Amino acid sequence: MNTAATYQYPRIYLYRRIVQAKLFIDTYYAEKIDLENISDEAYFSKFHFIRLFKTVYGKTPHQYLKATRIEKAKQLLREGKPVSDACFLVGFDSLSSFSGLFKRTVGQSASVYAAYHRQHKEQKAKTPLAFVPGCYAYQHGWTENSNFEETDQ
Amino acid sequence: MTVTNIHVLDQDSAYDFYVNKLGFILVDDIPMGPDTRWLTVSPPEQPDLQLVLFPVKVSKMFPKETADALIKLIKQGIFGCGVLTCNDIFATYEELKAKGVEFIKPPTKEFYGTEALFKDDSGNYFSLQPLNNFDAQS
Repeated sequence: MNTAATYQYPRIYLYRRIVQAKLFIDTYYAEKIDLENISDEAYFSKFHFIRLFKTVYGKTPHQYLKATRIEKAKQLLREGKPVSDACFLVGFDSLSSFSGLFKRTVGQSASVYAAYHRQHKEQKAKTPLAFVPGCYAYQHGWTENSNFEETDQ
Repeated sequence: MTVTNIHVLDQDSAYDFYVNKLGFILVDDIPMGPDTRWLTVSPPEQPDLQLVLFPVKVSKMFPKETADALIKLIKQGIFGCGVLTCNDIFATYEELKAKGVEFIKPPTKEFYGTEALFKDDSGNYFSLQPLNNFDAQS
């Protein structure tokens, strides 16, 4: 790294690089991505990059990748995917490492989380109106008797 | 405040804006008859606050004249729905821009702090400010 010519990058340029890295992780989290090279550019050391990333997002790129995978896994479990499917769909190689990280991050096991949301979903399907505040339902004409039809105007 | 409305012109397009671009969490998406859903989202760090993406349509609630007037005003960008705070306004600005959000004003230093303005897919606008704008002044 050439320290004799120190460039003052405009702040916006640095931000753009950090944001690009974050969006890259957001898009490719399920692949085997190489975070080692994510900061690879002249005059921008990996250490500095990781430190800046952490200042902006509160996590290092590696921590952010793990958190993103777990968030996506939660979403898949809420949609009804089996735990093993969610695990491999978000980029984990082994069910045990996924389960361990999930429990440490979320505070409950993946199967307990999935079961709760499956139940909740079944309830919503049976009684959708239980989830809509009564005033909205009434004003919109969504009461039990009206069969969700809107009045002609 | 537990539930509040954002009046939108199209629920599909609003879903794409609030969930995919703004990164809000989908809470409920329940069909309620032809062409209407009970569609609610939450800001990622505020699971107790639900925003209803309320479609403006001719209905019992909005007679035709009212609906037409409201749609016109929304398209004119009359409605500011409030302030969204973030940790880092420059990072958030870059990210939203990269995702195609239209800004009315880029992050600009005002007397009350730094602020940006952007609009949703219907025309509603939001002020975007960093959390430290709201710190107690010394």
